[in-house]
Amino acid sequence: MPPVASRLILLFRKWSNKMTKPNELTIADARDALTKGDLSAVELTTSCIQAMDGAQDLNAFITETPELSLERAAQSDARIAKKESRGALEGIPIAVKDLYCTEGVLTTAASHILDGFVPPYESTVTENLRNAGSVMTGKTNLDEFAMGSANVTSHYGPVKNPWKLDDGKDRVPGGSSGGSAAAVAAHLSLGAIGTDTGGSIRQPASFCGIVGMKPTYGRCSRWGTVAFASSLDQAGPMTKTVRDAAIMLQGMAGHDVKDSTSVPMVVPDFEAAITGDVRGLKVGIPKEYVIDGALEEISEIWKKGAEMLRDAGAEIIDITLPHTKYALPAYYIIAPAEASSNLSRYDGVRYGLRVEGDSLDEMYANTRGEGFGDEVKRRILIGAYVLSAGYYDAYYVKAQQVRSRIAEDFNTAFQDVDVILTPTAPSTAFAIGEKMDDPIVMYMNDVFTVPASMAGLPCISVPGGLGDDGLPLGLHLISKPFDEQTLFRAADVLERQANFTAQPKGWEINR
Amino acid sequence: MSLDTDTVRRIANLARIKIEEEKMAPLADELNQIIGWIEQLSEVDTDGVAPMTSVTKIDMPSREDVISDGGCEDKVLANAPSGEPPYFAVPKVVE
Repeated sequence: MPPVASRLILLFRKWSNKMTKPNELTIADARDALTKGDLSAVELTTSCIQAMDGAQDLNAFITETPELSLERAAQSDARIAKKESRGALEGIPIAVKDLYCTEGVLTTAASHILDGFVPPYESTVTENLRNAGSVMTGKTNLDEFAMGSANVTSHYGPVKNPWKLDDGKDRVPGGSSGGSAAAVAAHLSLGAIGTDTGGSIRQPASFCGIVGMKPTYGRCSRWGTVAFASSLDQAGPMTKTVRDAAIMLQGMAGHDVKDSTSVPMVVPDFEAAITGDVRGLKVGIPKEYVIDGALEEISEIWKKGAEMLRDAGAEIIDITLPHTKYALPAYYIIAPAEASSNLSRYDGVRYGLRVEGDSLDEMYANTRGEGFGDEVKRRILIGAYVLSAGYYDAYYVKAQQVRSRIAEDFNTAFQDVDVILTPTAPSTAFAIGEKMDDPIVMYMNDVFTVPASMAGLPCISVPGGLGDDGLPLGLHLISKPFDEQTLFRAADVLERQANFTAQPKGWEINR
Repeated sequence: MSLDTDTVRRIANLARIKIEEEKMAPLADELNQIIGWIEQLSEVDTDGVAPMTSVTKIDMPSREDVISDGGCEDKVLANAPSGEPPYFAVPKVVE
């Protein structure tokens, strides 16, 4: 390259760095700036801390850890200076859903029952991220025990979506990983980790105009993550771009002897899978994902998504997933059943809240009665009911059989296609307080995300465009088990084609 | 099938969750609504279909039966709401 040209590029970079605040960078760009020495990890983290200070109104965090993050950022800078960088995530600020146990840092699952719980250990996923050099900025708000689709069941209050309209109403960020989604959308951190049981990463990603990815069940360890429904729970990245999601997942995934459901498989290079080429890729469009009551704009954005992939050279194929409509009701047997068992550990004896009583049983009942919120109680009771003598076969076994049917549907479809394209959510973000009267109306938020969860498949939500109201709408891709590479490749092309550049506006007013 | 308040009281007791008496009836209504919606699963033909218990097709790993962790009493007790090491304290169970 002639010297003049390279000098011009340098000048342009300096100029463009001035235009973009460090916290507004993507992980990939920050990585490059850190490697080149254009930016320090402390500068980057400081920029995120300032943004967090200005965004208190969003209530995205339950606990902020500025001292800890600056300390870890300084350690990153020292490693970079000694050319001992730990890789792509070195010095990158990441927000952590407050469902991951973090050593020495309050962990609440957004529940009153975990009052004051400071884990003496670190979850495998957050430890992996730490070992990869990333910097934890804080613990993000969520629905209590990850049970919800709007982040309105948190003991620490609802999270506000940074996307606002002129009507003065605050919107939900989706849930359950609502704090993580809001934090990324408002540039409070470069990326965040969420957890996804039935859509808890992908639906908030759709509502907040970001990328949210759930890997194959078993790709990430669940050890040290507060359990909701163990056969469904999976960790995943929430980021500004598909490439960033690939970079983050690389730092999270891997076999862990402490979780027997984590798979002993080599983790491929996810970022390298992003080639920009989907020519000949077979994309399935399932006819059952047209549901009553969904807005016309949902079908439109879905159609557009298919056209975008076709324009890039993919082949669009109509497919059928006949048991789609039964996924959600089956989920609402299986997930509560597992939750009722998992949450039996909160008894007021070993950690968290204790409400005294005259007997041991009374102490248990008082603690759990006061410690759990309404939605968590509902789900524990449903779970206890469907598992109780006389109903076990009629409900629980039946739901597991339906789950087999749903998985078979996907297996059959994947004989003909490489990925499946659907909408992520049946609407854009709704106002805080809406859909609260009827639990089933709230459950419908996950109608498009739950089927893939039931089959344990990898899936991703990518911003597809804006709805008629001007709020973001996501497109959802599903791939074969452990084929995250094809998923990232297709999602990256979809992202480029959609060219979603809109940013949330108006939330800064309340700073 | 429908849940009456007696059934809700019974499962709340099984789950060791104290529910105020005046909340029993509205809770029963909500749970009935959810269970009623779930009943649509009876439409699905599942004759001869094996219940799915795991999505990963890997065998559960086994290892030597040896102690691999432990000896951290202080950490185990660090978050206890009541009690003195090496014990958790609970209300009296034996007279």
